[in-house]
Amino acid sequence: MNIIVCAKQVPDTTEIKIDPVKGTLIRDGVPSIMNPDDKGGLELALRLKEQHGATVTVVSMGPPQADLILREALAMGADRAILLSDRRFAGADTLATSYALAGCIKTLDYDIIIAGRQAIDGDTAQVAPEMAEHLDLPQVSYVIDAEKKGDKIIVKKENEDSVQTLEVDGKCVLTVLASAFKPRYMTVEGIIEAYATKEVEVWTADKIDVDETKLGLKGSPTKVFKSFPKALKEPGEVHEVSEEEAVELIVARLKEKHII
Amino acid sequence: MDFSYSKTEQLFLQMIRSFAENEVKPLAAEVDEKEMFPEETVRKMGKLGLMGIPVPKQYGGAGGTVQMYIMAVEELSRVCATTGVVLSAHTSLCMSPILEHGTEEQKMKYLPKLASGEWLGAFGLTEPNAGTDAAMQQTTAVDAGDKWILNGTKIFITNAANADVFIVMAMTDKSKGVKGISSFIVERSFKGFSVGKKELKMGIRGSATCELIFENCEVPKENLLGNLGDGFKVAMKTLDGGRIGIASQALGIAQGAMDETVKYTKERKQFGRAIAQFQNTQFQMADLKTRVEAARLLVRSAAWKKDMGLPYSVDAAMAKLYAAETAMEVTTKAVQFHGGYGYTREYPVERMMRDAKITEIYEGTSEVQRMVIAGQLFKK
Repeated sequence: MNIIVCAKQVPDTTEIKIDPVKGTLIRDGVPSIMNPDDKGGLELALRLKEQHGATVTVVSMGPPQADLILREALAMGADRAILLSDRRFAGADTLATSYALAGCIKTLDYDIIIAGRQAIDGDTAQVAPEMAEHLDLPQVSYVIDAEKKGDKIIVKKENEDSVQTLEVDGKCVLTVLASAFKPRYMTVEGIIEAYATKEVEVWTADKIDVDETKLGLKGSPTKVFKSFPKALKEPGEVHEVSEEEAVELIVARLKEKHII
Repeated sequence: MDFSYSKTEQLFLQMIRSFAENEVKPLAAEVDEKEMFPEETVRKMGKLGLMGIPVPKQYGGAGGTVQMYIMAVEELSRVCATTGVVLSAHTSLCMSPILEHGTEEQKMKYLPKLASGEWLGAFGLTEPNAGTDAAMQQTTAVDAGDKWILNGTKIFITNAANADVFIVMAMTDKSKGVKGISSFIVERSFKGFSVGKKELKMGIRGSATCELIFENCEVPKENLLGNLGDGFKVAMKTLDGGRIGIASQALGIAQGAMDETVKYTKERKQFGRAIAQFQNTQFQMADLKTRVEAARLLVRSAAWKKDMGLPYSVDAAMAKLYAAETAMEVTTKAVQFHGGYGYTREYPVERMMRDAKITEIYEGTSEVQRMVIAGQLFKK
């Protein structure tokens, strides 16, 4: 079985700062990490590899420094890593990004494509579903469990108020939630091999199956007018109390505020 | 000269920091309070290859460097000094002498199980009458044809309660003095071997420090480690390496106390502002930060020399002397910055100060380190 995992390097911050003039994310001084949902996707791929045997290939599109998350993926147990890095990819919105990723994947052998639900920087959750459309594949999003039974994949998908179990035949795209797949640590040996014996293949636009006019800024219909940080609400209080105590607590608070 | 971490080291730091934060730190207070050996943590460390970092792959290790190993000890000790010393004693005091002095058979027999964490290692040199004066060994090993018979008692043995393999020094020929000491690999299951009284300690309380008792203990002939009469040399060389490990432990404790104090002084308000805004706090913390960084450079330099195969005995002594005294100074001041809260177990600096003290004592007291350094300085 060949599994492809899509992963993105993102700034490690919950308090994203936005350049007030350009409306883009300020990345300087913010450490970069593998996007948590994508790391969950890699964990699922590695579990499937352990259970059924598989070759896990991780694909990322980004600047040369995205090499770091691919080394991390190799150190966790991925077999192969490809970085799509080329100025022609720059400025891509989700459509151009998904198009480039699909163009890369078309050139590879695969059975399942796994991606994270969404990235913590852009939060669109669009890239993987769009990629499935470019590749004309079925997709299941918000996956919290997946197992392989024969040629089929049994997938649990989380909805707002329910969980669906679906069966997928043949090739497909899954998007997973980080919370469902606690990622493993890199091993010491894996870390050493990630630099000593393994490599990150850097691919340019020439190496993938795409129409160049649909790449990067040129291929991006989305234009960002303005980005601004949202005022965060204060976190709520959590009280672990019995129902009776909870009623008393709420009533007391409402009285305190002269609501009742 | 390149002081930066290599790419491999940077990736390793990312992993060990995350492991320390998520798996080790949450247990640190309980490990101390209940004198609990972190068994589950050690098992996890074994799975990740952390119990055999500098051991070559052909012996089941991760094939890493001394530098990576000491980074692991530092990062673990930063959140839990007990976990740090478990790894340090296991790696420096048990696997290293086997790796450096063992026969191919001994390496094949012991290293894979130790490096995978299936077995834990320890080291027995100290006796009631042989502390700093380690040559005064009273434990004896007598040649009984097909085996050695060991008799005597070792004290203050780190990891003893949980270890499976012990490197033990014993007198094989008293008439030869220091040259009559030999070293042996002793398994816990050997007949006549037992682990005695557990010490009640001030710090590193999760690491069970005990006596080792040898009562006509039968050790197979092939378990002599190194040449007959080379035991003292093996022990001293082992301690040279061990000192880099303990220096890293001390460094980790100091760094941990710095982290806690920066956090606390930024939050704690007195006289209407955070105490971090007072110049007294800033100047003292600046001095401590400088000491910690200096200690780190000494430690990394000693480890680098060991990795390069260069002599490092004096470097290790300087690293340990300086890092241990830095740990003591930083943790004492960290408690002071925390005021009354720092004296309580609500805050980890109280534990860190207790943990720091031992680094000035074990694997050669600070006085012994000064003897080593001065010995080289005034060598004829």
